[in-house]
Amino acid sequence: MKKRSLLLIVYIALSMLPIYWMVNMSFKSNAEILSSFTVLPLHFTWANYQTILTDSSWYSGYINSLIYVTINTVISVTAALPAAYAFSRYTFLGDKHLFFWLLTNRMTPPAVFLLPFFQLYSTIGLMDTHLAVALAHLVFNVPLAVWILEGFMSGIAREIDETAYIDGYSFPRFFTTIFLPLIKAGVGVAAFFCFMFSWVELLLARTLTSVNAKPIVATMTRTVSAAGMDWATLAAAGVLTVIPGAIVIWFVRQHIARGFAMGRV
Amino acid sequence: MARIDLDLAHCYRPEQAEIDYALLPLKMTFSDGGAYALLGPSGCGKTTMLNIISGLLIPSEGTVRIDGRDVTHASPQQRNIAQVFQFPVIYDTMTVAENLAFPLQNRRMPTAQIRKRVGEIAEMLELSAQLDRRAAGLSAEQQQKISLGRGLVRPDVAAVLLDEPLTVIDPNLKFQLRRKLKQIHRELKLTFIYVTHDQVEALTFADEIVVMNRRRAVQVGAAEVLFERPAHTFVGYFIGSPGMNFLPARASATGVNVAGQLLATLPHRAVPDGELKLGIRPEYLTLAAHQAPGALAARVTHVQDLGTHLLLSAALDGHTLKARLASDVAPPQVGESVWLQVISEHTCFYQDEELVA
Amino acid sequence: MNKPVNQKAWLLVLPVLICVAFSSILPLMTVVNYSVQDIISPERRVFVGTEWFASVMRDRELHAALARQIVFSLSVLAVEIPLGIALALSMPASGWRASAALVAVALPLLIPWNVVGTIWQIFCRTDIGLLGSAIKALGLEYSYTGDATQAWLTVLLMDVWHWTPLVALLAYAGLRAIPDAYYQAARIDGASRLAVFRYIQLPKIRGVLMIAVLLRFMDSFMIYTEPFVLTGGGPGNATTFLSQYLTQKAVGQFDLGPAAAFSLIYFLIIMLLCFILYNWMQRLGTPGRADK
Repeated sequence: MKKRSLLLIVYIALSMLPIYWMVNMSFKSNAEILSSFTVLPLHFTWANYQTILTDSSWYSGYINSLIYVTINTVISVTAALPAAYAFSRYTFLGDKHLFFWLLTNRMTPPAVFLLPFFQLYSTIGLMDTHLAVALAHLVFNVPLAVWILEGFMSGIAREIDETAYIDGYSFPRFFTTIFLPLIKAGVGVAAFFCFMFSWVELLLARTLTSVNAKPIVATMTRTVSAAGMDWATLAAAGVLTVIPGAIVIWFVRQHIARGFAMGRV
Repeated sequence: MARIDLDLAHCYRPEQAEIDYALLPLKMTFSDGGAYALLGPSGCGKTTMLNIISGLLIPSEGTVRIDGRDVTHASPQQRNIAQVFQFPVIYDTMTVAENLAFPLQNRRMPTAQIRKRVGEIAEMLELSAQLDRRAAGLSAEQQQKISLGRGLVRPDVAAVLLDEPLTVIDPNLKFQLRRKLKQIHRELKLTFIYVTHDQVEALTFADEIVVMNRRRAVQVGAAEVLFERPAHTFVGYFIGSPGMNFLPARASATGVNVAGQLLATLPHRAVPDGELKLGIRPEYLTLAAHQAPGALAARVTHVQDLGTHLLLSAALDGHTLKARLASDVAPPQVGESVWLQVISEHTCFYQDEELVA
Repeated sequence: MNKPVNQKAWLLVLPVLICVAFSSILPLMTVVNYSVQDIISPERRVFVGTEWFASVMRDRELHAALARQIVFSLSVLAVEIPLGIALALSMPASGWRASAALVAVALPLLIPWNVVGTIWQIFCRTDIGLLGSAIKALGLEYSYTGDATQAWLTVLLMDVWHWTPLVALLAYAGLRAIPDAYYQAARIDGASRLAVFRYIQLPKIRGVLMIAVLLRFMDSFMIYTEPFVLTGGGPGNATTFLSQYLTQKAVGQFDLGPAAAFSLIYFLIIMLLCFILYNWMQRLGTPGRADK
C-alpha cells in the first residue's frame, strides 16, 4: 500500500516541476530571469499579470478562446447525443461502417485540413469568427463525443427505454426527462474531453483567425520581439491558460472517480 | 464442516453511538451442517454479519470462532469460507474450468488433483458440458453456479455463505437453482448461511431462520416457531402474508381490555398487567358467533377472493384486521358487522414489542 | 443482446452527419481535388493524375519522417500505457485525496499544446530552465536544440509528461467501475495481488484501455505543436514528424498538389495502422463478450 502511494507522490511531484517553474518565472522580471537562477522569485512582482489583464490584445485572446471552446462543446455534445443513442440501441443499414467512418475523422491530422478549411471558410465568409474555429474543431470532437456517450448509454439497460415507451412517453420527452439524467456522468465526461481537445488545439485555431477571434494560444506566439524573448509575460500568460482547465477538471472529478467502463470500442 | 460462534458487534466509526453500529452486540451459534437464513429488510445488517463471518470485515468488538478456534483476525482464505454474491462474480477471461480451478491454483494444489476436483464439482453443479466454454458468455444462472463452484471446490470448505444469490436469476430458473442449493446442502452436509429479504426463499431453504431488523437479530428459530410464536412484533409483521394483526390492549387481573371490551384470557396463559399489544395471525382470526367469549365485533370493509381462500378486511376501533377465511364459507358482505375470535390458543401478547405471553 | 433493426435511427445520426460533413467531407474533397492537379496560379490548373502520389511515395525525406513517426508513436505507447495503469492503480479510491490526485495528475492535459511546448522550452534551457541547469550542474552536456538524440528524448519526455495523465484518467475510471464483490471474491479465492490485476482489473478496464491506446496512437501520430514550439523539428530533422513535414510542404513551400497527395497518404496510413491495432487488441482481449 505504502509503496504504491509513493509512486503516485513521486510522479505528481515530478510532473508539477515544469508547471512550478513556469509559475515561478511568471512572478519574476525578465532581468531577474536572465541574470539569476532562483527557485523562488527574489523580487516578487505581479507586473506580468498586470500587463496581460490590462492589455486588451492579451485578455481578449482568453475571451475568444473561451467563446469558441464553449460553442464547440455545446454543438459536439448536442449532436452526439442522439447519434450515440442510435448506435447504442438500434441496428440500421451501415451502422458499423458509419461508426468506424466517424472514428476515422478523429484520426485525421488537423494539418491535413489546414488549407481546405482556409479556403472553405474564406469562401463563405466565416474566416476570423469564433464559429469557424468551433466548426473546425468538430472534426475531432464529435466522433469522440459519440464514442464516449455510446459507451455510457450501452451501460443502461434497454428495459428502461421500453418501459418508458409503454408508459406513453414520446421519444424527446423520454430522452430529456428520463434518459439524460441517467447518463449525466457520460455527458460530463464527454463535455470534459471536448472542452479539453478544443482548448488545447493551436494549429487550426491560429490558421482560421487573424484579429477578431484570435485565441490566446496564438497571441502567445507573438512574445518574440526584437529585444529577444519576453519570458516573463509568456510564463504569466501560460499560467493563465492552465487555470480554466484546472477548473473544468474540478467539476468532472466525481464523474471520473465514480468510474466508467466502456463496452464497445 | 464447522460450527460458527459469533459474539461481537460492528461499528464503522469509533464514536460508538448506537446509531453508528452496523451490527448491535449479538451472540449466536450456527451449528455444523445447518441450513440457516438471515432474513430482514435492506439495511438491517445481514450482509454485514455475512461479511464478518467470511472475514471480509473484521468486527470492531468481539470474536468469531470456527470450531472453537478464534478466527477474528484470520483472512477469508484462511477461514476456508465459500461466498456467493448477489451478482455473479466470475473471471471473464477464463473458461469455466479455469474459474473453478482458480482457488486451488492459488493454493498450489497439484494439477492432476485440481482436474479431478473440478470434474467432481462440475458434475455436481451440472456444468460438465460447459467446462471449456468462456465463463463470460454463459447465462446469469450458470455464472452463479460457477461462483458457488469456486467456493465448493476447496476440499475442506468450512461453510458456504450466500448473499441474496438469486437476485439476478430469471424467475423460472430461481426455483431450480434453489433446489440445487438444497440438494448440495444435503449431499455435502456443509453449514449454509443464506442472506435474503424474501421470506419464501428463507422459509423454503433454511432449517433455522435468523430474523434481523435494525441491526440486531430479533429471533432465531424454525419457520414454524417464527410463525406460531413470533418473539418480536417485527417478526410477526415481517413473516407471513399478510403479517400479524396487532391491537392495543390493557391487561388487569380481570382480563384484557381491547377496544373498550373486557375479554377473558385463557386460564393457562398468564398475561402480565399493563399496556400490551395483542397479536393474532390472519390465518387464526376466525369468524365467531354473536357475543361469543373472546370475540369482538368489527365492520367488514373489503373482501378479496384469492382463489384458495378469502381475505377479509375489517375495521375495529380505527384498526384494520385481516382474516384469512376458507373459500367455502359464505363470505360476509361489505359493511356488515362480523364477530372475530381474537382470543384463542394462537393469540400472542407483546410488551415493548417483545413477546410476553 | 440483439439490437432491434430500425432504419429511422438514421434520423438520429443526421445531426452528426451534417456537422462532420461540413467540417470533414467538404475539406476532404478539396484535398482530393488538389491532389490530382498542378496549381500554377488560382486560374491555371492542370490535371496531373497520380503524379503527385508517385512523387510523394518516392520522397526519401517522407520515408525518414514516417520511420521516425512510427518509432516515436510506439515509444510513446510503450511508456505511457504501463505508466498510466500503474498510476491509476496507485490512486486513492475516494475522499479528498482522490480528488486532489485526480486534479494534480490531469492538469498537464488541459494545458494548450503550444504552452506545453513553451513550458518545456523554459524548463529545459540550460541558462534559465530547472531541468536544463540541473543536468548541466551534473556535468553533462545537454542541449535539446543541438543534439539529435537528446532532442528526441526531450520530445518523448515532454509527451510522456503531457499525455500519461490521459491513460491514467481512463484506466482510473475503468478501475472504479469494478464492483467490490470482485475484490471480495478474489480475497476468498486467495488470489495474489498480481492475479487480481491479471484476472480482474486488466480484463475489466480493457474497454477504456483500448480507447486510451487508440487515442494515444492517433494523437501521437499527428503530433505537431509541441515539438514545433520546442525544437522546431530540429536539430536537422531529428524531431520532424509527419505533421511538421506536411506543414512545411503545404505552408512553407506552398506545394499544394504534393501536400494534398501527402495528406491523403498520411490519412490512409493512420487509418490502416489504427485498424490493425484495433483488430490486434480485439483478438488479444477476450472474444468472450456475449454480444460480440
